[in-house]
Amino acid sequence: MKTTKPITHHLTDQDLMDYATGKMEESFALAAAVHVSMCDACRATLSSFDAVGGAVLDSVPDQQMSQGSFDKTMALIAALPDEPVTRKQPANLPDALAGYIGTSLNDIKWTPIGMGVKQKILKTGDTGTARMLYIPAGTAVPDHGHKGREWTLVLQGAFFDETGHFGPGDIEIADPSVEHTPTAAAGDACICLAVTDAPLRFSGLLHRLVQPLLRI
Amino acid sequence: MTLLDTRLRRIEASPSGQVCDSRGVSVAHKKDGVLDKTPNDQWVAMIRRITRDRDVSAFEVLFDHFAPRVKSFLMKSGADSTLAEECAQEVMATVWQKSHLFDPTRASASTWIFTIARNKKIDALRKLKRPEPDDLGWGMDHEPDQEDVISLQQETQRLGNALSELPQKQRDLLEQAFFNEKSHSEIAADTGLPLGTIKSRIRLALDKLRHSMS
Repeated sequence: MKTTKPITHHLTDQDLMDYATGKMEESFALAAAVHVSMCDACRATLSSFDAVGGAVLDSVPDQQMSQGSFDKTMALIAALPDEPVTRKQPANLPDALAGYIGTSLNDIKWTPIGMGVKQKILKTGDTGTARMLYIPAGTAVPDHGHKGREWTLVLQGAFFDETGHFGPGDIEIADPSVEHTPTAAAGDACICLAVTDAPLRFSGLLHRLVQPLLRI
Repeated sequence: MTLLDTRLRRIEASPSGQVCDSRGVSVAHKKDGVLDKTPNDQWVAMIRRITRDRDVSAFEVLFDHFAPRVKSFLMKSGADSTLAEECAQEVMATVWQKSHLFDPTRASASTWIFTIARNKKIDALRKLKRPEPDDLGWGMDHEPDQEDVISLQQETQRLGNALSELPQKQRDLLEQAFFNEKSHSEIAADTGLPLGTIKSRIRLALDKLRHSMS
């Protein structure tokens, strides 16, 4: 999945290193995989870290395989389905995300959370929360801060907040010090993947009451 | 410009055109603009034979080299030898099954197999799903440009050499970063080094690698 405008908000080298070494939790790894699918610069950096991993793998002393291991592997292969060698048609969604929501943003079964904003929580096996957010053009997501990290990756449309403008492929990395009011830009509704490792802190009382219900 | 990254810049051949491995053996030359092959190229050729001909003997050569390394990687990551053996077999079966997705203009065989082994580690040892970026594999529909393949494989060779020349302490930390489940803060507790020191050492190690590539 490619974007037409250049991506200006990226993952940090440290994030890409954590992803390359496999230390990142599933929710954040999902956002990283989607961003890398859309961003050539981060893909190149990730490739260089993977290459270091390959060089490290090359340098380890061997552990002898047990007797008959090659034959056992050939038996495993015989039991595998043949992969098709033709390439898949490009979908309008990165593969990583398609595994969670289906083949199109139109497949998402949204839950309204007020003011036209809708969400869909994705099933991940870690302690983080990954959700899709649908924000109508011009609408603001309530003012909130974070107890932990919040990553917001734009898939469609755009939003802006106190820190900048974010279009397709851009990822906003907000730590606990960021208090912001993301607002969808004019045009298409903004659809994002938002990942948090701790509940968001909304400033208004009403939101604090409904927060546990909505798992925001 | 090939794709390893601007950070790991393209090899400019030294004046003599010599590139040496860690034992000082010449592994590649550049003569009249023609790039000769590196040892990595043999792995590229083996994987190609698997894709094209389902060549079991090529796969066996690849298996003999990589399976023991993958097993070692998994044991260093905390698997016991039975689990590591089993996972190494599965990793190699995946190498066979997905050989058509290997793109030698983007990765060496070791890099590609490392990514498969890492994902197996996350899946088998941590029981977590691993979301992966879209594959840019070139499949069977066109042959990769040989010069791109050779220069990428040379860069990777050079990266390996640079790694072997790092000070032991930095190499150990890089190895821990890639192999162990441990976060930087757990490594800090183990080694008694402050977290900031560990992060800066890893950064230093990567910087050194980058410099030795330029």
